[in-house]
Amino acid sequence: MVSLATNDRAALAWEVAASVPDPEVPCVTVADLGILRDVRFEGDVAVARVTPTYSGCPATLAIELAIETALLEAGFQARTERVFSPAWTTDWITEEGREKLRAYGIAPPVSGSNSIRALFGETVVACPKCGSDDTEKLSEFGSTACKAQYRCIACREPFDYFKCI
Amino acid sequence: MAGSADLFAALIELADDQLILGHRLSEWSGRAPILEEDLALSNLALDLIGGSRNIYTYAGLVEGKGRDEDDLAYMRLEREYLNCLLVERGNDDFAQTMLRQLYFAALMQPYWQAALASNDETIRGIAGKAVKEMAYHVRHSAEWVIRLGDGTAQSAEKMQAAVVEMHPFTEELFTMSEAARACAKAGSLPDRESLRAEWSRTIASVFEQALLTVPEVRFPQSGGRQGRHGEEMGHILAELQYVQRTHPGLTW
Repeated sequence: MVSLATNDRAALAWEVAASVPDPEVPCVTVADLGILRDVRFEGDVAVARVTPTYSGCPATLAIELAIETALLEAGFQARTERVFSPAWTTDWITEEGREKLRAYGIAPPVSGSNSIRALFGETVVACPKCGSDDTEKLSEFGSTACKAQYRCIACREPFDYFKCI
Repeated sequence: MAGSADLFAALIELADDQLILGHRLSEWSGRAPILEEDLALSNLALDLIGGSRNIYTYAGLVEGKGRDEDDLAYMRLEREYLNCLLVERGNDDFAQTMLRQLYFAALMQPYWQAALASNDETIRGIAGKAVKEMAYHVRHSAEWVIRLGDGTAQSAEKMQAAVVEMHPFTEELFTMSEAARACAKAGSLPDRESLRAEWSRTIASVFEQALLTVPEVRFPQSGGRQGRHGEEMGHILAELQYVQRTHPGLTW
């Protein structure tokens, strides 16, 4: 990567960083999830800014290392920066990301995140396998911090739901 | 602007609450009554411990003496921990664990909500994550308190016993240390006292559905914010600090 024009260089670095898959949900990339905020250059160093999904998400460090490694392998000098503000929300998951999640068997977050104040608000989650709305929540908490467990009553398939925050 | 010593102490109060409660919840890992609840409690613990890491890291920067999150979490003495007594109380049974969580989260959800208006950008960032997580903690623990309170005769009896046992420790949630007061005045952290009404409304609403009564507390328990802890605290720290004390400076 010796003599690319500044814009090309930034676009290429973004492409490289954006293609890194999430370690716990490998069907989507860090860009699909919206946790890669941007890639900027400070001198010759590509700085990728990353927002964690949950405060205690154990994958955050792995994600940062994977992005840095991808950039280094593409020939960039690189580092990552963790940003907390503004806080990540499931609204940042792209349309493409939502489709990929569904195809993978994970129901994508249902609506905007403005419902957090509703203490006992129930949301209707459609089964990612058969599409039925006849589903039930098994547990608010699932295999990772960002998912809940559901079961489809129509096709009897258990599935993960990507929680809306 | 509050002095950095005040901000440091107030941040340590917040981080210690989260670390110690997170540690308590993690003690359920592999031992919860059902698999789903095992996952749930581990996830709640993860939120709290992850949040404490962010707060400790910032506290270390504010202090400016080069201490990082590990130094602050693992290398202090018992009297230097400023968590309230509520969070160090033992898990005992499921009723007590869930009630402790409800009491804590019912304050911290509006606390972080108010902290979104802080004039400190780092605190706003930490609050933005925590406020959403605390909403889940309130919902999950409230569902259990209602299910057990309005459950069988035995579960109702245990739930009401937990209320009598734990309620005297809730007053300290609203204690404003001098450091916390200075930060509230400076606009960097919320005033806990101003959130009491909202906390009381949440608890009253859950208790009504759970058929529980709010007891009259004659002798509120406090001391944690001054570093005076109960017997359980030493046991927690023994387990929490063992590896760093045995192999100082150990890293992954």
